[in-house]
Amino acid sequence: MTLAAATDLSAATDLAAATNEHLANVSNTLIYSAMAVYTLAFFAYIAEWLLGSRSKVGRTAAALTADKEGKKTAAPAVTVQNAGGTAVLERPKVVTRAAAGARDVPDGPGAHGGDVQGDLYGRIAISLTVLAFLIAFGGVLARALSVQRAPWGNMYEFNITFSTVAVGVYLALLAMKKNVRWMGLFLVTTVLLDLGLAVTVLYTASDQLVPALHSYWLYIHVSTAIFCGAVFYVGAVGTILYLFKDSYENKLATGGKPGRFATSVLERLPASASLDKFSYRVNAAVFPLWTFTIIAGAIWAGDAWGRYWGWDPKETWSFITWVAYACYLHARATAGWKGRKAAYIALAAFACWLFNYYGVNIFVTGKHSYAGV
Amino acid sequence: MSTKRDTDVRTEGGNGDRGDRNGTGDTAVRDAGDLGAAGAQLSTAPRETFMPGSFGGARTPGATGWLAWTGREVIGWARWIWRQLTSMRVALILLFLLSLGAIPGSLIPQSGTDETKVADFQARHTTIGPIYEKLGLFHVYSSAWFSAIYILLFISLIGCIVPRTWQFVGQLRGRPPRAPRLLTRLPAYTTWRTEAGPEEVREEALKLLKKRRFRAHLDGDAVAAEKGYLREVGNLAFHIALIVMLVAFAWGQLFKSEGNKLIVEGDGFANTLTQYDDFKSGSLFDTDDLEPFSFVLEDFEGTYEETGPNKGTPRTYQAKVDYSVGADGAEQKKTVKVNEPLDIDDSKVYLTAHGYAPVVTVRDGKGDIVYQQAVPLLPLDSNVTSTGAIKVMDGYQDAKGKQEQLGFQAFFLPAYGGDGTAVVSQFPALLNPVLNLAAYHGDLGVDAGLPQSVYQLEKKNMKEFKNSKGEQLRENLKPGETMRLPNGAGSITFEKGVKEWANFQVTRQPGAGWALAGAFGAIFGLAASLFIQRRRVWVRAVTGPDGVTVVEMAGLGRSESAKVPEELGVLAGRLYDMAPGVPDTPDQPQNEPPTPEPPAVPAEGAETK
Ligand code: HEM
Repeated sequence: MTLAAATDLSAATDLAAATNEHLANVSNTLIYSAMAVYTLAFFAYIAEWLLGSRSKVGRTAAALTADKEGKKTAAPAVTVQNAGGTAVLERPKVVTRAAAGARDVPDGPGAHGGDVQGDLYGRIAISLTVLAFLIAFGGVLARALSVQRAPWGNMYEFNITFSTVAVGVYLALLAMKKNVRWMGLFLVTTVLLDLGLAVTVLYTASDQLVPALHSYWLYIHVSTAIFCGAVFYVGAVGTILYLFKDSYENKLATGGKPGRFATSVLERLPASASLDKFSYRVNAAVFPLWTFTIIAGAIWAGDAWGRYWGWDPKETWSFITWVAYACYLHARATAGWKGRKAAYIALAAFACWLFNYYGVNIFVTGKHSYAGV
Repeated sequence: MSTKRDTDVRTEGGNGDRGDRNGTGDTAVRDAGDLGAAGAQLSTAPRETFMPGSFGGARTPGATGWLAWTGREVIGWARWIWRQLTSMRVALILLFLLSLGAIPGSLIPQSGTDETKVADFQARHTTIGPIYEKLGLFHVYSSAWFSAIYILLFISLIGCIVPRTWQFVGQLRGRPPRAPRLLTRLPAYTTWRTEAGPEEVREEALKLLKKRRFRAHLDGDAVAAEKGYLREVGNLAFHIALIVMLVAFAWGQLFKSEGNKLIVEGDGFANTLTQYDDFKSGSLFDTDDLEPFSFVLEDFEGTYEETGPNKGTPRTYQAKVDYSVGADGAEQKKTVKVNEPLDIDDSKVYLTAHGYAPVVTVRDGKGDIVYQQAVPLLPLDSNVTSTGAIKVMDGYQDAKGKQEQLGFQAFFLPAYGGDGTAVVSQFPALLNPVLNLAAYHGDLGVDAGLPQSVYQLEKKNMKEFKNSKGEQLRENLKPGETMRLPNGAGSITFEKGVKEWANFQVTRQPGAGWALAGAFGAIFGLAASLFIQRRRVWVRAVTGPDGVTVVEMAGLGRSESAKVPEELGVLAGRLYDMAPGVPDTPDQPQNEPPTPEPPAVPAEGAETK
C-alpha cells in the first residue's frame, strides 16, 4: 500500500468515524438508561418481596411434618377422578405423583407470597424489566451499528450483550408461561452488577475488528456462545436456589428450625424438586447448542489459524466446560450422584464457563486475547 | 449406593426376562417390586454392579482344583474390572479426570504452542521447572497420563456402547412390558367408568396409540405401549460419534503435515519438501502425500486503523496469488485472506504472517553490483518494526581487490517518527520508511556447515566498518539513499519500492472431514437424546363388580416430565370421546387401596435419601 492510498483511506474513515461516534454515544446513553430502569425494577422486586404476605409461609413445614407422621398431605391424592355422581360429567383428570423418596412439597407461591399488593409490585417489576430489556437491546443494537459488525468484539460488548440475552431468556420463559417469576430479583441484581462492571472496568471505545475476527463463523460461534452462557447462567441461578431450598427442606424434615429470614425467602420459592428439575431442563436443553458452539469455533479456527484444535486456553476451557456439563448430565443418570452432588457439578461447570469468559481473557494469554479486554 | 440397595438389585429379579447381562440400572424398578418389569429398561444405562469377595468359589484339592479355582478367580476379576470400567460411575470419574487434567495445559506454557515461553518459564523456575518437565506438564495433551485418561475413557465408552446396543436391539425386538398390577402407583394416572365393553375400549385404545406412533400391543386385560425409542438411538449415535471424532483426530495427527513458506511479492512456491522453510509431519506421513501445486504471490495488501485508540490494528490482510494444480494445470487467481485459505484437495494454504522486504543493491569497490535483492525482514512489534540481515556471500571484492564477505545488520521502520524519536515504527503501513543499516566485513561463517538463520548475522569472524569518527558505521536510509562504505569499499543502496512478503502455511489435515461428520452426528444424537422423551402408557379396561367397565390409564417416563401427564391427558380425552363416562353410583366400591400409600415409581431426578 502506498502512502497516498493510506491518506485517502484515512479521509474516508474519518467521515465514517463521525457518524459511528454519534451512534456509539447513543449506545452508551441507552446502556446507562437501561441500568437506571433495571435499578427501578430492582426496587420493585424488593417491594414485592417485602410487601408480599407471609401468610402462606409454612406450607413446606406443614407438608414435611405431615409426611413424617404418615398422614395424607396436600400433595396430589390418588383418587378416582370424575367421581361424585353429579349429572355433569367431567372429562377424566390426570393425577400426578411425586417419585418415591422425593419429598412431597408444594411449590412456593412466588415472591409476592400470594399477596395482592406484593403481586402488583411484582408485575410492575416485570414491566420495568421488559422496558429495561428493550432499552438495553437498543443499546446493543446501536453499538452494533456504530461498529458495523456484530457487537461481540471485546469484553465490554460481550458483557452488555450477555446480560441482555440473559434477561431475554428469562422474559421468554415467562412469556412461555413457565414458572420462573421467582427468579426476577436474583437475575436483575446480577445483571446490574454485570452492566456496572461493563461500563466501569471493561469499557472499550467502539471499534472494528482485526482480520482474524472477520468471518461469518464468528457470528455463529460467538452468538451461540453468548446465548449458551446466558442460559447456563439462568440454570445456575436455579441450581443455587435449589441447594438452599433443599437444605431448608432437609432441616425441616429432620425437625430443625430454620431462621426467620431463610423461612421467609425460601418458603416462596418452588419446591427443591421443581428447582432441580428446572435447572436440569435448562442445562440439558442448551448443552447440544454448546456442543455446536465449540464445533463452530473449531471450524473458524481451522479457517483462521490453519488448525481446528490447538489447545489454546480458550479452546481448552470451552472443552473443560463441555466435559463438566457432560459430567453433570451423566451424574443425573447415575445412582448415588443425583440431587445435591449433581448440583455441585453443575455449579462447577458454570464456574468453568465464567472462568473461560473472564479468567482466560484477563489472566491467560492466548490467541483469543487479541479480542481485547 | 448403600448396601441395602445393592441387595435390592440382587434380589429383585423381575426384569431379567430380556436376557441382558447388564440388567436395567433403572432405579425405578428396584423400589417398586409390584410393578414388575413395567419400569424396566426405559434406558439402557448399565446397572451399578456389586462386588463379591471372591469369584473362585470352593476349591477342590489338588493341582487341577487349584488351577480351576485360579481360572475362575482370574476370569471373575477380569469381568469385574471390565464391568467397573464400563459402568456409569467410572465413566463419570474419568470424565472428571479429563476436565481436571486439561486445566494445567491452559495455565502452564506448552511446547506445542510456544517453545520460547516454555524455555523462559524453565529459566525462571529452576526448582519447579524440572518437576513440571518430569510430569509432562509442558506438553499436557500428549503426556502419558493425559493419554491414559482419554484412552481409558474411550475403552469405557466402547465397552458401554456395545452391550447397550445389543440391549437396545433386544428391546426393539421385544414388546413393551405388560401393565403393572396397580396402575395407580405410576407418576401419571387417570380413570373413569364407561358403558362401552372392555374389549371395545382396549381395541380403541390400541388403535389410538398405534395412530400416535406408539409401539402398542394387547397383553391380557390391558394395552401396553411405548414411544420415544429415538432417544436411545440418539444417545448411542452420540457416543459412537465421539469415537468417530477421536479416531479421525488420531488419524489426522498421524498423517498430517504442516509447512511454512515465506514468499516475497513476485516470487513463487512449488509444493515439494525442499521448498519449505520448515516442515512438520505426523509419524505416518509420506512425501508422496504432498499434493502437486504451485503458486506465485502477485501482491500483498494490508490496511490498518488510521485513528482512534486502536490505531494501527490491522483491518484487512490479503494476498493475491496465481496458482495452478498438478504438473501443468491452468493458472487460476485467488485472493487468500486470513479466514479464507486456498483449498487444494486435502491441503489448505493459509496466510499467517506478513512483513516488509526492502530491496537493496550492494556495489563493490569497483562499482559493480554484487547483490540486488528484496530482503525479507522479521517484524518485532505490531507496528512492524523489523529486523534482519543482509549477507553478501560471494562476488565481492574490496577496494584493494581482496575477496571478502559483507554483512549488514538491518532494522526497518515502515513509519519512522523522525529524528530524535525512538527507533521503533509508529504505524504498520509504509508512511515514512527508513532502513537502518550497520555494516560488517569478514567471514559470515556460512560455509562452516552449521545451519544459520537468514535473519541473523554471525559476527564472530566479522569486523565492523568504522565511520570517519571511528565509530561503527550505521546509517538511516530513506528510499533511494545510499550508504558509502569507508575507504572505497563499495556502497549499499535502499531502492525505492519496498516489497512486502507473506508467510504461507500449507497444511494437510486428512480425517478433518470425518471429524466434522462425527461432530455433527454428535450434535444430532445429543439433541435426540436430550429432547426426546421415552415413555410408556398402559390402558386397562375391565368389567367392574357392578358390570360397568372401568378404564384406567397410566403413564411412565424415563424422567419425571410434565409432558407425560400432559400426553396422558390428551390420550385419555380421545379415548373418553370413544368410551364416554357414566356417573358413579353412590355405593360404588372403592377400587383403590386406602392410604397410606406405598411409594410411587420414582423416575429420574428423584433423590433417595
Ligand atoms: C467421552 C465422554 C462422554 C461424554 C461426553 C458423554 C456424554 C453423554 C451425554 C451428554 C449423555 C446424555 C445424558 C442424559 O441422557 O441425560 C450421556 C448419556 C449416557 N452416557 Fe455418556 N458420555 C461419555 C462417555 C460415556 C461412557 C464412557 C459411558 C459408558 C459407561 C457413557 C454412558 C452413558 C449412558 C449409559 C448414558 C445414558 C444415560 C441415560 O439414558 O440415563 N457415556 N452421555
